[in-house]
Amino acid sequence: MKRYFHNFGERVIEGVLTISGTVTSLTVLLIVFFLFKEGLGIFNQSPVAEGSAIVVNNQNPVKELSAKELKEIFDQNITNWKQVGGQDAPIKLFRIDDITDYYTEEQIGKDFEYLPQRLSEVVAKEPTIVAFFPEQYLAKDFQGHRINLENISVSEFLGGTEWYPTIQPAVQMGVLPLILGTLWVSLGAILIALPLGLATSIYLAEIADKRVRNLLKPVIELLAGIPSVVYGFFGLVVIVPLIQDLFGLPVGETALAGSIILGIMALPTIISVSEDAMRTTPRAMKEASLALGATKWQTIYKVVVPYSMSGISTAAILGIGRAIGETMAVLMVTGNASVIPHTFLAPVRTIPATIAAELGEAPQGGMHYQALFALGCILFLMTLIINLSVDFVSAKRKANR
Amino acid sequence: MNSIETKDVHLYYGDFHALKGISMAMKKNQVTAFIGPSGCGKSTYLRCFNRMNDLIDGVRIEGEILIDEVDINNKNILVDDLRKHVGMVFQKPNPFPKSIFENVAYGLRVNGTKDKTLIEERVEKSLRQAALWEEVKDKLKKSAFELSGGQQQRLCIARALAIEPSVLLMDEPASALDPISTAKIEELIYELKENYTIVIVTHNMQQAGRVSDSTAFFYLGELVEYAKTKTLFTSPKDQRTQNYITGRFG
Repeated sequence: MKRYFHNFGERVIEGVLTISGTVTSLTVLLIVFFLFKEGLGIFNQSPVAEGSAIVVNNQNPVKELSAKELKEIFDQNITNWKQVGGQDAPIKLFRIDDITDYYTEEQIGKDFEYLPQRLSEVVAKEPTIVAFFPEQYLAKDFQGHRINLENISVSEFLGGTEWYPTIQPAVQMGVLPLILGTLWVSLGAILIALPLGLATSIYLAEIADKRVRNLLKPVIELLAGIPSVVYGFFGLVVIVPLIQDLFGLPVGETALAGSIILGIMALPTIISVSEDAMRTTPRAMKEASLALGATKWQTIYKVVVPYSMSGISTAAILGIGRAIGETMAVLMVTGNASVIPHTFLAPVRTIPATIAAELGEAPQGGMHYQALFALGCILFLMTLIINLSVDFVSAKRKANR
Repeated sequence: MNSIETKDVHLYYGDFHALKGISMAMKKNQVTAFIGPSGCGKSTYLRCFNRMNDLIDGVRIEGEILIDEVDINNKNILVDDLRKHVGMVFQKPNPFPKSIFENVAYGLRVNGTKDKTLIEERVEKSLRQAALWEEVKDKLKKSAFELSGGQQQRLCIARALAIEPSVLLMDEPASALDPISTAKIEELIYELKENYTIVIVTHNMQQAGRVSDSTAFFYLGELVEYAKTKTLFTSPKDQRTQNYITGRFG
């Protein structure tokens, strides 16, 4: 009887463990599936601001425009139909407010009841017009045809340099500045964190005596436990003004500020991973070096560092991973301007910061919302690549032993 | 002529008294073997000669150690210079994660030798001395880890020889090797003593008998008996030596 219960208990435990494993895996898959389902929806949508219509005269041969072209037209950077594949005629812009140039208030009606008809007349009258107004004023027997906006293409999304997700008449969903901003800030972070982290881990692994090490290591690991919003606050209050004064900038919220904060945040990871790697250097190998008359420093850079190179690379990649995904601190200190970065002393906007800042105001299921999810997919792929390279490097490290 | 001479050497690991007043002299161009059961202090004593014990916290050494008539614990002696003069081969083969060539060239490079031809010459010479040249001459650029254990140990010997020390310390150099590799190492030791003073720690009494000119028996941190190898093995004076070499303990 006792034995029976024993076996039963074993089986229950086994079952619970199996279920936890399965549930966890399924949850992960579900999240990824959800992310991509929402994110990829962006490519099936026309970038016209929702509920709006863009119409031209019936004679106009132009049937389709890209979001970019439409924006340029309304910004008056494109002023002739020739430039977008139509006849050689200047483009006449028409926004809903312009109706008062054509008709009096009475003709439009007190409750705009005649407005659809009037709009139709205007478009019929003006062969070179392009009109943008709410869809609800589109008359049933409208004299003119609607312009289809090409769906956002993958290359446009990834390669576009303008991120104006709520602009009218056509939203601009170019994420290149955000991707580059993320990479730029992370690059800066790693340039700051790697030399510092490496130096600290060499000190801890090879030079510091046991007492110092036992004191320092927990302190450094404590850095990893500080909430990122606190880092952001620290950055905002200390580092941002410092950068502003130091470089004489109009604003201190720059990529550099983000890089410094992220560098500090990546330090504990880099230090503890590379220190562990260095401590696995066999004593025999260090002794062999010293026995050949090498100094301590020669032993460190000729034996210890090369031996733990893959561990150090893992540390660096993990540090980058930490930097790329970090949201709050970056959001607080980088200034969030979606321009392609070309210096560390200008504001940038990262992917996580964009998602955090904009998701709250993006209507669910809308284009903006989907675009943010697509950004999430890109971030996911970036971190996936990073994780795979960690696996690759550490597999190589095992093979070398 | 004495290559190494120690006078009343005491060594403490913290409170533990590991070497108890050892005085002995090792002759130039001879092989001296240290035998004794595990923990008897023979390796510790050997590691005094290139100050490897400096690396261990809480070690204190008293007494005098002279190598080529220089007190090696003198404050004016740079430990790096001492170690260039006193090479060491360890128990387990411990090549660096570098190419075969770079392993042998390491000692030269850390000592500031830049001359390429000199390094190449010295690498070849050392590998020849270590009887490894013929086996590796076509794969000098390959990783040292691709060699067998016995080859790796000969590589470590070549590495130690490349900086042309006058003394070569060997800490159980064949204990991790198969019989054929062991035989090769022993042959090598025999050849090397023409140019080097060799001190070898070994667990293997047959090995001590085969390769050494003199043998010292250590027990519990004391030097029990030190004599010509033949004499020590055939007519030991001390009862403890007698017991050890006849296999009654150890």
